[in-house]
Amino acid sequence: MTARVPRRIVVVGNGMAGARTVEEIVRQAPGGTTVTVFGAEPFRPYNRILLSDVLAGAADPGHIHLHDEAWYARHGVDARNGVTVTGIDTARREVRSDDGAVIGYDALVLATGSAPVVPPLRGLDTTALPARVVPFRTLADCHAIIDAAAAPPPSPVVASAGRRVEPERRDGEGVAGPLHERGPAGAGRAVVLGGGLLGVEAARGLARRGLRVDLIHLAGHLMERQLDDAAGAMLADTLTGLGVTTRTSAHAAAVHHDDAGFTAVELADGTHVEAGLLVLACGVRPDVALARAAGLAVEHGVVVDDRLRSVTDPHVYAVGDCAQASGTVYGLVAPAWEQAAVLAAHLTGTDPAARYHGSRLVTRLKAGGVDLAAMGETHTLHGDPTTRPCTADAAATANGAADGTATGSVNGAADAAGLNAADTRTAEIPTAGAAEVLSFTDPARGTYKKLVIRDGRLTGAILLGELGTAGAVTQLFDRGDPVPADRLTLLFGPARGDTPVPAASPALMPGDAQVCRCNDVTKRAITTAWAAGARDPAAVSAATRATTGCGSCLNTVEGLLTWLNDQDPATASAEERREPTSPAPAGERQEEPASTGTAGSGQETPVAVSIEGARS
Amino acid sequence: MVKPQAHRIVDMPNRAVDARKPGVGASARTGATHCPYCALQCGMTVAPAGEGADGATVTISPRDDVAAGHGGPSTEGPAGGGLCQKGWTAGDLLTTAGRLTTPLLRDERGAPLRAVGWGAALSRVTAEIQRVQARYGRNAVAVFGGGGLTNEKAYQLGKFARVALRTANIDYNGRFCMSSAAAAADRAFGLDRGLPFPLEDVAAAEVVFLAGANVAETMPPFLRHLRDPAGTRTLIVADPRRTPTAAPAGIHLQLTPGTDLALANGLLHLALVEGLADEAYIAARTSGFAAVRDHVLARYWPERVERITGVPVPALREAVRALAAARTAIILTGRGAEQHATGTDTVTAFINLALALGLPGRPGSGYGALTGQGNGQGGREHGQKADQLPGYRRIDDPAARAHVAAVWGVDPADLPGPGRSATELLAAAGTPGGPRALLLFGSNPVISAPGGVADALDRLDFLAAADFVDSETARRADVLLPVTQWAEEAGTMTNLEGRVRLRRRCVDPPPGVRTDLEVLAELAGRLGAAGFSADPAAVFDELARASAGGIADYAGMSHARIDADWGLFWPCPDAAHPGTPRPFTDRFAHPDGRARFTVAGHRGPAESPDTGYPLYLTTGRQLAQYQSGAQTRRVADLLKTAPGPYAEIHPDLAARHDVADGTPVRLTTRRGTITVPARLTSAIRADTVFVPFHWPGAGRANTLTNPALDPVSRMPEFKVCAVHLERAGPPGTSEAPGPADHDARNPATHDPAEVRGGAGEAA
Repeated sequence: MTARVPRRIVVVGNGMAGARTVEEIVRQAPGGTTVTVFGAEPFRPYNRILLSDVLAGAADPGHIHLHDEAWYARHGVDARNGVTVTGIDTARREVRSDDGAVIGYDALVLATGSAPVVPPLRGLDTTALPARVVPFRTLADCHAIIDAAAAPPPSPVVASAGRRVEPERRDGEGVAGPLHERGPAGAGRAVVLGGGLLGVEAARGLARRGLRVDLIHLAGHLMERQLDDAAGAMLADTLTGLGVTTRTSAHAAAVHHDDAGFTAVELADGTHVEAGLLVLACGVRPDVALARAAGLAVEHGVVVDDRLRSVTDPHVYAVGDCAQASGTVYGLVAPAWEQAAVLAAHLTGTDPAARYHGSRLVTRLKAGGVDLAAMGETHTLHGDPTTRPCTADAAATANGAADGTATGSVNGAADAAGLNAADTRTAEIPTAGAAEVLSFTDPARGTYKKLVIRDGRLTGAILLGELGTAGAVTQLFDRGDPVPADRLTLLFGPARGDTPVPAASPALMPGDAQVCRCNDVTKRAITTAWAAGARDPAAVSAATRATTGCGSCLNTVEGLLTWLNDQDPATASAEERREPTSPAPAGERQEEPASTGTAGSGQETPVAVSIEGARS
Repeated sequence: MVKPQAHRIVDMPNRAVDARKPGVGASARTGATHCPYCALQCGMTVAPAGEGADGATVTISPRDDVAAGHGGPSTEGPAGGGLCQKGWTAGDLLTTAGRLTTPLLRDERGAPLRAVGWGAALSRVTAEIQRVQARYGRNAVAVFGGGGLTNEKAYQLGKFARVALRTANIDYNGRFCMSSAAAAADRAFGLDRGLPFPLEDVAAAEVVFLAGANVAETMPPFLRHLRDPAGTRTLIVADPRRTPTAAPAGIHLQLTPGTDLALANGLLHLALVEGLADEAYIAARTSGFAAVRDHVLARYWPERVERITGVPVPALREAVRALAAARTAIILTGRGAEQHATGTDTVTAFINLALALGLPGRPGSGYGALTGQGNGQGGREHGQKADQLPGYRRIDDPAARAHVAAVWGVDPADLPGPGRSATELLAAAGTPGGPRALLLFGSNPVISAPGGVADALDRLDFLAAADFVDSETARRADVLLPVTQWAEEAGTMTNLEGRVRLRRRCVDPPPGVRTDLEVLAELAGRLGAAGFSADPAAVFDELARASAGGIADYAGMSHARIDADWGLFWPCPDAAHPGTPRPFTDRFAHPDGRARFTVAGHRGPAESPDTGYPLYLTTGRQLAQYQSGAQTRRVADLLKTAPGPYAEIHPDLAARHDVADGTPVRLTTRRGTITVPARLTSAIRADTVFVPFHWPGAGRANTLTNPALDPVSRMPEFKVCAVHLERAGPPGTSEAPGPADHDARNPATHDPAEVRGGAGEAA
């Protein structure tokens, strides 16, 4: 017996969570269901994850859209983009929008997302931002940043009180063209306020556009929510090389602007950081105004149960940044998509048993030239019996979020104050044992790796600079599978195991090593053939069929023949005929057809030999 | 009369199988033919070896040939043929102890097989066909063919089904092999030819990308074309295992089983973001790009793909940059990418990648599928598929029906329509509305099909099998017809390149054995259908006429032409036509001449690991065995090299289950249980178990595999399902598999955006 399925579904919000929910619903929906989706932004829904690529010039803003009109038409979805829902009447089960429409629902999905935090700084009117002061949240923001970055710098620069800051010129890896004193053609300099994930991505993107960037961060190191201090410091070093100057433990006090717009950020110590563009990356806050006004239970987000249903109204659901599920407001795409799948299973009746039990968060930096993955408990030290929280300094709210309601952003989405999603999540991982921490640091190359393991399971990791094992590490963290006995493989990649290992000398090959896989020919069979008179590859091939399959063992056969022919032929032949399988005297795994008199000299010739799939 | 429902007796009567090795030496002559196994069709010389202690034998040697070297008139580079161990020992099949030399018949269900004459055997077959069709209708008799049959046999089998039996129900084991690649290529290019270029293009390509192909074991001499003496070639292999093919590759993308589609889309995303797409080619030669571009750009950013596939982003970047930077690059898919319930879309995603990079139809570059079975290509072109008529025509196309009906001398209205695909055909056996009688040629589905095929076959009223050995399937038959094998018969095989080659008769068959064509001609006559020749050359000429104007047009070919040339590539529409090694150079086969991009979204495997079945199972092949093993398990040398089934597992997984190398392990899925020894190797992911599928009984891998079907190709999901592993035998670590049917472990890793419903048969 399937649960009763709502016929009229209304989705409020067409961002990453809302659009995905619509996709999941139409994929599974039975006939007769109508889906209406409202999107306040005047665009087709787009992939917010890719805005950092757009900002960096790596992705075309025209190519990041999720659905178009044809898709909506094909799936019978009533899409109202550019229309804002202004009110919900939960008693009448209706929503009102700013175009005057009123539409009824059987199920209402809130996917209103979150809004960027504008810090209350002196000189910054949070309701009317000065020109060239832009948050980094939407595609429109992204366009505004790009426009400001490309616009001629304000001139003349109004000298502010206090010291002027002249950032040092940096070599910008990945920057198209040389860096000029004021940048190629644009704002020249930019300040990014907030050194969380999004701030780092914005800073890197702007640097890639040729701007010199100051990244101002309140905490003691960058991305303190995801990184320990060593990783944060190394990340700052890496950014330095890319044209980004990082200022940590830096308190922004005021924003200066003139009639033309932004001119400088003033720090608490009086320093003025001048630039033609200020990007605010000070975190986001769940957008719950509609839900609150409608009388739904709202804490940090809309409180929902494990079916994503409001705990106070069974006809209302919430997903994504605006939802508080499993006690947590997540701020990443992956949880939103997982929630969308569970929600759609309920709304379409395809899997009434589906439940959402929380997500594991993996943070990946999308910034060219900076490879970073972080997950789970990352501040833990070896031997810690319990998860080590961020230090007091590191846990400080992001720069400027002085009202305490928002924290540093995580990949362009929301985290509510006091609900550090990553910490909440890692607390759920059963971790009875003391932490086993592995780390590797290579400052010269900007590589830092750290793994936290408890009870043989990966509970946290940082990979910075070199991500060759990111796939394996992420999957172990996601699934809770046991970590490899050889921990090094998680730091440096798998050992080459059973793959062909060049032997230092043919002498070191065991007799039963398979030389020709295609025809199952062992070293012993080849030495036997040699002893019987086969002196060149053709003769060995005729006697054993070695080299006649894929042909890739030809080098090995030639190497063996060289080695065999280098021995005293008479002695060697006799030795071989006597007992080709007998262990050689010089070593347990050696097999030497030659007399002992040549041992140690005749085998010095380097020969390309591989042992393939040697199995007993 | 209702037959008793007892299990069939599968023991063979001693005198039914000729215990003496049939003497062939006196009747053998030196001849140039081809290997009986895979689609590479390596050239070999068969020569009499004289009388030995156990009778006469032949010797086999490789010949300089296109398959393994660079033979032929346009030869470049090193020549010299090759053979793997299977090829070298193929002569043993001619004298195999289990050779069938006389028809066998079971008087009733439960009775033993007894030797009878051909007349009695064929009378019984005829009578059963007529009885079943009279009672249940024409479609109640089904035909099941194979990708190892010659073109002539495949053609004649399709004609026999449609004209003599007039049943819609004919399909073949290629459905388990090439159907996903075929459907995707057909959709993209309007034409499905495994490699739409000759092997010499592979040999010259700067970058070769193998997606789910382990050629080092499945067709070893193919590696001769991947030699890289100058060190200028990059080989990229995507495979969950570090196979002998992947180990020496420059880039190995060791992906999670069942995530090939996401991998392909992720590579395409990177190609687009990094500006590596060939915009001019896309504009000039393709359609549908914008939808695919938007779909892939918005959904398959590399970090998400890394999390789904487990392949690190740097490796993804390295792979796509290598592909894009090469002057010539070739992307090839194998069964690893294709044998999924999303196989057609997975291949489509790789084709999308190839199209975006401008590879198909460009000299020296392209996309291709590595055909598996010996005549896996020709076998899917000439009418033994449920939805198809000769020449790769669709059976629901009125013009195709009219053309073929005219060649066959029948009314187009009398031709049946599309029938059930292989898995569905076998599953329906003996069920209401399903087949009641089955005629089986050149296939061993008891081993090769997913699920409990033996039970399905036992539900039939009647099963007849034509084979040269008593395979696991043939043993269940009511009538067993002994037929010739490779070197005893003539016919054509279309190799993996689409090159049609002549199989030559080098050895006289044992007395009492007939060719499949003779059997079909005789049965057709008894059923009142005329026009069935038993002469391979004559049948080929008729095939050529039937294929004329079709996609796979053989009209200009004949045995004589193929013999004189170094094989001929189809299409070859007339006797003066030189054949078409590269059919896409100027245009693709769709009416507008363009290749089509098609949106393909990742949905993940039909069954993912959960708490009850916590590991991935994947299946595949061993070098020294071939397909169901019906042939290769009879060759002593091969059995020595590959003596039995095993489960390849990582040492870490083994340690957790207290399993050492050789310890028996019990593998359980929702379909069944098998017990095989463990083989420890770090070449496999620790979350994955690999079992080769060549083996019967307690080691039969397909007892475990998931029969979930691709909605387009009807390919079963052989390559991934969820499995529980435990140590078998000595106590200590056993625990019963739990149920745990619901565990949406990674709900966010599928992509529901563009799921299409079953669009019927596209290949």
